[in-house]
Amino acid sequence: MDRRDFLKLTGAGLGALVIPAFYGRAIAAEALLTKIDVATKKRLADVALGAARSGGATYCDVRIGRYLRQFLVTREDKVQNVVNTESSGVGIRVIANGAWGFAASSDMSTDAVAKAARQAVAIAKANARLQAKPVQLAPVKGVGEVSWATPIVKNAMEVPIKDKVDLLLGVNAAAMQAGASFVNSTLFLVNEQKYFASTDGSYIDQDVHRIWAPMQVTAVDKTSGKFRTRDGLSSPRGLGFEYLDAKPADRVELPGGAVVYRDSYDMKADAIAAAKQAKEKLSAPSVKPGKYDLALDPSHTWLTIHESVGHPLELDRVLGYEANYAGTSFATLDKWKDKFKYGSDQVTIFADKTQPGTLGAVAYDDEGVKTQRWDLIKDGVLVNYQAIRDQAHILGLKESQGCCYADSWSSVQFQRMANVSLAPGKARLSPAEMIKGIENGIYIIGNGSFSIDQQRYNAQFGGQLFYEIKNGEVTRQIEDVAYQIRTPEFWNACVAVCDESDYRFGGSFFDGKGQPGQVSAVSHGSATARFNGINVINTARSLG
Amino acid sequence: MSIYTEEQARAILDKVIKLSKADQCSASLNGSSGGNIRYALNSVSTSGHVSDASLAVEVAFGKRVGTATINQFDDASLEAVVRRAEELARLAPENPEFVPAIDKQAYKASGTFHDKTAKVTPEYRAAVAAACIEPCRKDKLVAAGFFSDTHNFDAIANSKGNFGYQQSSWMDFTCTVRTDDGKGSGWVARNLGDVAKFDAKSDIQTAIQKAKGSVDAKALEPGKYTVIMEPAATAGLISFMMFGFDARRADEGRSFLSKKGGGNKLGEKLFDERVSIHADPWDADAAVLPWDNEGLARERTPIVTKGRIDYLHYSRYWAHKQGKKAIGQPGNLIMLGGDKSTMDLVKGTKKGILVTRTWYIRMVDPQTVLLTGLTRDGTFYIENGEIKYPIKNFRFNESPAIMLNNIEELGKPVRVGDDESPFVMMIPPMKIRDFTFTSLSDAV
Repeated sequence: MDRRDFLKLTGAGLGALVIPAFYGRAIAAEALLTKIDVATKKRLADVALGAARSGGATYCDVRIGRYLRQFLVTREDKVQNVVNTESSGVGIRVIANGAWGFAASSDMSTDAVAKAARQAVAIAKANARLQAKPVQLAPVKGVGEVSWATPIVKNAMEVPIKDKVDLLLGVNAAAMQAGASFVNSTLFLVNEQKYFASTDGSYIDQDVHRIWAPMQVTAVDKTSGKFRTRDGLSSPRGLGFEYLDAKPADRVELPGGAVVYRDSYDMKADAIAAAKQAKEKLSAPSVKPGKYDLALDPSHTWLTIHESVGHPLELDRVLGYEANYAGTSFATLDKWKDKFKYGSDQVTIFADKTQPGTLGAVAYDDEGVKTQRWDLIKDGVLVNYQAIRDQAHILGLKESQGCCYADSWSSVQFQRMANVSLAPGKARLSPAEMIKGIENGIYIIGNGSFSIDQQRYNAQFGGQLFYEIKNGEVTRQIEDVAYQIRTPEFWNACVAVCDESDYRFGGSFFDGKGQPGQVSAVSHGSATARFNGINVINTARSLG
Repeated sequence: MSIYTEEQARAILDKVIKLSKADQCSASLNGSSGGNIRYALNSVSTSGHVSDASLAVEVAFGKRVGTATINQFDDASLEAVVRRAEELARLAPENPEFVPAIDKQAYKASGTFHDKTAKVTPEYRAAVAAACIEPCRKDKLVAAGFFSDTHNFDAIANSKGNFGYQQSSWMDFTCTVRTDDGKGSGWVARNLGDVAKFDAKSDIQTAIQKAKGSVDAKALEPGKYTVIMEPAATAGLISFMMFGFDARRADEGRSFLSKKGGGNKLGEKLFDERVSIHADPWDADAAVLPWDNEGLARERTPIVTKGRIDYLHYSRYWAHKQGKKAIGQPGNLIMLGGDKSTMDLVKGTKKGILVTRTWYIRMVDPQTVLLTGLTRDGTFYIENGEIKYPIKNFRFNESPAIMLNNIEELGKPVRVGDDESPFVMMIPPMKIRDFTFTSLSDAV
């Protein structure tokens, strides 16, 4: 989802009729619980595969998708919007005369599906005239009829809207009681019912669930005219509604007293903390710009990993396919061949679409490839990229890495970021022990403002909470902090990563890429990490 | 078929309004038909055509509101969507900020429709791609671009007798040209209502020149510089600033337009007096629908006049609460300027930096609208009125509220499209002093 759609959905003062086209048609809550029968999907898929083959396709894949979304948007004691949407249809991709062709239809009759398959073949044949080299597809062995579902405990779509409204309004009331001036809280729930079939002999039925519960708590000091917001410290996850049933074991109290969450989230407790911390921000001292050692909490680091490692190691960007929009990458193939030192020896970063509870977790990607884990940076050295079936040969790979995704049945699947995570350190190290060794530093919790150049060299990141570290102690909250990096220098300045017991996930629910734009959801795991000598700027300004 | 005539749209909406048994009913019917072509590495990568139509129905029982949408328009489907909306309304909690449906509005048609744009063919799109790819191939350059054209209609109606219908069409083109060694990069963009005014062959030369001219960029120290910002370079900053123009947000104390001690800065002079921005749905170069998302009629609205804040957006609820009149929310931003081109501004500059475009703009601090982002695809050093040499890209940390106080000169406004903005904009090239660059970027 782009920012514009997000604002349409959550913005106050906009009519309820404005439902971004992206979400499909609005439906009643009970319709979110039904599914299309697998036998029907197989029958339709076979129609498409047959029509494509007889039209001259050498390869065909069919995606029959039903994409369900529910959003609840609240502020203080009011529900601003409750939206249920559904989008379903068939997307058919073929190779004919060595070129790709794609067509999609919301009409799921056999005639319409066959027609779309023939149309995809015709488009492929037309595109073949402009194609310099035929598509080279890494082989995939058919898996027959299989199914997979996100291992959720409580289907969020089954939870009555009233319970969700009560939850959010309870959270808001708690924040207001704790001194917040304003609070917005939101629930985003997604269920992708995806059926994939291909001429390789696969029929894969997957039921994917995701949840996100963001909130913003604002404190206003009318006398000084100052306002500060502290966002919630939850992360979007590939989990069911059980994510919002907070378990005590998932509460993590950090050095200095801030509380973050592991695999379940206490939204109300976080709202209370957010109100208190937002008020503290109003009088927190402004940072003195300069070089600091940074201790970055996983609730923050995920976004730095996403922007400075996840994106530059997408092979389509490296090759130039995204040059006009998202950009290219500094991490060029010659650097990979020369064993480029992307980070310090402490830095091992891996891609993984199998980690349970993550946004990217599926059993098979959107071209029927079994998902896997692989290293991108090993002990600081660039060792791999993220590639799909028609790119694998460029890296000399025998198979795709399984990171192909389309955000809708009507979108063409393409290379998208896998969950990309910083491996925890091997030696025992807790955040408290790490901070003990820092003389002059800043401890950053939660993600804030972010911006990076089109080759992913120069980035600037803010955060939610900034704590001064003096002589090994977390002393006080400070404000107006942003750090600026040059990607390789930053990762080479990583001197320590805490151990596995501190490993937690953050993630993006709406990562955008492509023209026309598509979104995807991706998680990034890490343990608290230390980066020495990072340039911190002061972001306070005066408007006079 | 996804483009309905006024008569067809009215017939569907009339049926919907009559079917509703709720206290009030509003409906909107939209359809669009659009095509696009994408290319990279001097080759077409994807091209497609999408057409779709949908009907949204919103009903209210007292303060309980329900919305449902559908993309089938036979009688049974229309009945089903109205009943669905009514069912949802009965289940919904009361909205304490409920406002009744708008009264009948008088809409004066605006020139959003251009026949040629609505008739763009796949062959035309392919020719745009070819016009970019061919000269690049010949010149050891690599083109990556995207062209899209859209034809749509919007129709609205409610149980108070309001009705509006209008067709629109527009095109958007961007192309990035890079040298094959990756050392130079240039860019061109064109956003137009009328495709007849578009000349890809001519426009691509801008990107080609910038790509070739930006090879071997020199590094300048970050700091405060006089900059010549092409219209695309400031559009994102100005558009971002507009989020602070929400009256409720300002009154609540969480906008740069909030007043110390309470209230807002409406009527205060905050920018250089050469800064004047208004909205006008009937502007010949940047026409937009004569109604906003809520159906309120748009008016020619001064937003900033000679540096003074003349407008804040009052939602209907907030207007009612504050005793103000709610008017249609602007769909365009027209900033006044002069007659000079970007190159004329360069000629009058002793020392400065020419910025083609800015990229990845994000809010750093909403208190001051401090934004960060980077220059991209053509940044040059100017000396004695001439472009001397290409320079490396910079990251900026700057507030448009400060930038609009540091105006040296404004050129002739041009229409600018921006992926992340809800506005159609007319923005002049600007010469600005003391623009704050905080670090260098090695990105080309």
